[in-house]
Amino acid sequence: MMIATVGVLGGLALLFGLLLGYAAVHFKVEGDPVVEQIDAILPQQQCGKCSYPGCRAYAKAIVNGEADINQCAPGGELDILTLANLLDRIPKPLDIKCGVEELHKLAVIDESTCIGCFLCIQACPVDAILGAPKQMHTVIAQECTGCERCITHCPVNSLSMISVPLTTSTWKWPYPVLLPIGQNSMEPVS
Amino acid sequence: MTQLCLLQGGIKPDEHKSLSNQTLIVQGKLPPFLILPLLQHIGAPTEPIVKVGDPVLKGQIIAHCKRKNCSLTISAPIHASSSGTVIAVEPRAVPHPSGLTALCIVIETDGQEKWIERRPLTHYSDLAPDVVRNHIANAGIVGLGGAGFPTHIKLTHNSYFIDTLIINGVECEPYITCNDRLMREHPDDIIAGAQILMHVLGGVKQCVIAVEDNKPEAYLALSEAAKESVEVLQVPTQYPIGDERQLIQVLTGKELGRNQLPASIGIVVHNVETIRAVYRAVLLGQPLLSRIVTVTGNGIEKPQNLEVLLGTPMHVVIDQCGRQDGIERLIMGGPMMGFALPNEDMPIIKTTNCLILSRADEPAPLQMPCIRCGACVQVCPINLLPQQLYWYAKAKDFKKARNYHIFDCIECGSCAYVCPSHIPLVRYYRYAKAEIRANLREHKKAEIAKQRYEFHTFRMKRDQAEKEARLEQLKAVPKVDKEAIIKAAVKRAKAKSLSWS
Repeated sequence: MMIATVGVLGGLALLFGLLLGYAAVHFKVEGDPVVEQIDAILPQQQCGKCSYPGCRAYAKAIVNGEADINQCAPGGELDILTLANLLDRIPKPLDIKCGVEELHKLAVIDESTCIGCFLCIQACPVDAILGAPKQMHTVIAQECTGCERCITHCPVNSLSMISVPLTTSTWKWPYPVLLPIGQNSMEPVS
Repeated sequence: MTQLCLLQGGIKPDEHKSLSNQTLIVQGKLPPFLILPLLQHIGAPTEPIVKVGDPVLKGQIIAHCKRKNCSLTISAPIHASSSGTVIAVEPRAVPHPSGLTALCIVIETDGQEKWIERRPLTHYSDLAPDVVRNHIANAGIVGLGGAGFPTHIKLTHNSYFIDTLIINGVECEPYITCNDRLMREHPDDIIAGAQILMHVLGGVKQCVIAVEDNKPEAYLALSEAAKESVEVLQVPTQYPIGDERQLIQVLTGKELGRNQLPASIGIVVHNVETIRAVYRAVLLGQPLLSRIVTVTGNGIEKPQNLEVLLGTPMHVVIDQCGRQDGIERLIMGGPMMGFALPNEDMPIIKTTNCLILSRADEPAPLQMPCIRCGACVQVCPINLLPQQLYWYAKAKDFKKARNYHIFDCIECGSCAYVCPSHIPLVRYYRYAKAEIRANLREHKKAEIAKQRYEFHTFRMKRDQAEKEARLEQLKAVPKVDKEAIIKAAVKRAKAKSLSWS
């Protein structure tokens, strides 16, 4: 009886061991899925304000426990909340060392002063600056993520950040704020 | 269709309709300047085809969609509502909850109302439906009930077969009476318009005009004018029965999903005023140049309905009705679904059905915390859980809000109306919806940025590798003994000089 029990349990242990071993080899997940998930939440500006070179590096640092979840300034409060939700951590306010949450901005080159030095083109992480050495450069507005990496590289200060003008199609309803009596009568019932 | 289904939920707010529905529709004054925004509908914005200084005639197209085939694009051309000169094409404040500016064409009117040549399709029944549809598309007609969806798109249903045309004369929001007056005064136009649409749609078996039972005069007028093919029906007075999907549910008992078009069950719904615009475009050759606007509220001396040229600044219309002192707020649309505007300089556009001006008679009630009474759940016509949506929107937990179907919400405001804590619930839903939409947009942008960044890093590595390879190649070339070459040259030169001497 005893031998049969040991035999059955041993056999089962061996079977499951083999199954697990098979799964570990054949269903191996490439890369770290948590890093992927965090990377998908981050805004992909590659600005480096979190002190890591790019969003993916920051995602890896979060997983390794090196970085906290409140270091992404472009993502702001909403991304911190989503990350906290994903990683089951307590949300924190944005680390002020990493900048402040701002509206989306665009880099523009003052083409009259650009000397065509090529430095900003090399600095742009998303190849959003167009130009050739000793030729005038320009920013492809559609592709610019507003990471501000190029700004410090310009030797003649012809790069600047402008805020994207709000239009009726990009405007968002604001978060409802409680106003003192009388002042919130400016809105309809809804 | 005589068997009506009951609408679950809904409310019965004070109507205030008798303020403005007792008098005839008055012609609005011709303003000195017309401001015509390039986007007055849902869909693609239009592009101006006139320049500053151009003279324009009444009814002339001044802006149309960018694509070539405009009659298939979700867009509607803009016409000059009166004759005059274009004096500016510039951003002006437009009636939008943001109070932002958008590109407008400004026309200085000359007071002559000189028409462009009108081309009515008097014998439309002999023409192919597509010809009539293109004519309607060129007339710039959009849904005049307030949504502003281009009408011609609702008449193109390649994959669907439409057998029911519902004409919406419900007008369930308080204060608004423009459709009521229109149905009372011009029932024949509406019936004629309905017949045009039946011809365009082809194969329509049933045409129903739905009127709320608080408008008996309109119902009588329409019933007398109605021809055999058109049925006029009374629906119970209940807010928001005038919403397209709720109306379909009441009339047919069929409930539509959020992504399901009415056309998918063979139904198309048009507002009564849209139908009148179709009648005018086809039988009179007049594009959409004016609309009926209810100007009402306790800040107005003579609340009434006016037929106003599109582009007329609101203050002109308000002055015509007489204003009272101490006006505190101006609302465009109804008190339930409308929005407040910061000033009166904005123009009347295709979707302006009502202006409410009110004095601050009593301070707005103070917002209190939610007590989870569930009153909002009982009135929600879509059977959502408004209090849950409120919690999630307030906590910015948009994933949960989406799980609770926030995008099914039609923002009718019934929940906020009954809320004993006076919580502006719809504002929270609008906020959450706007954030979710913006997040989706940003997510798409982030995806592209990520791809570009990955390519950038790949390119940098590749360039580095190529550079190293070139260096390697240079190293591999055998070094040439330069000194030997120089020595050989000197030797040759010496030999030459020797041979000369």
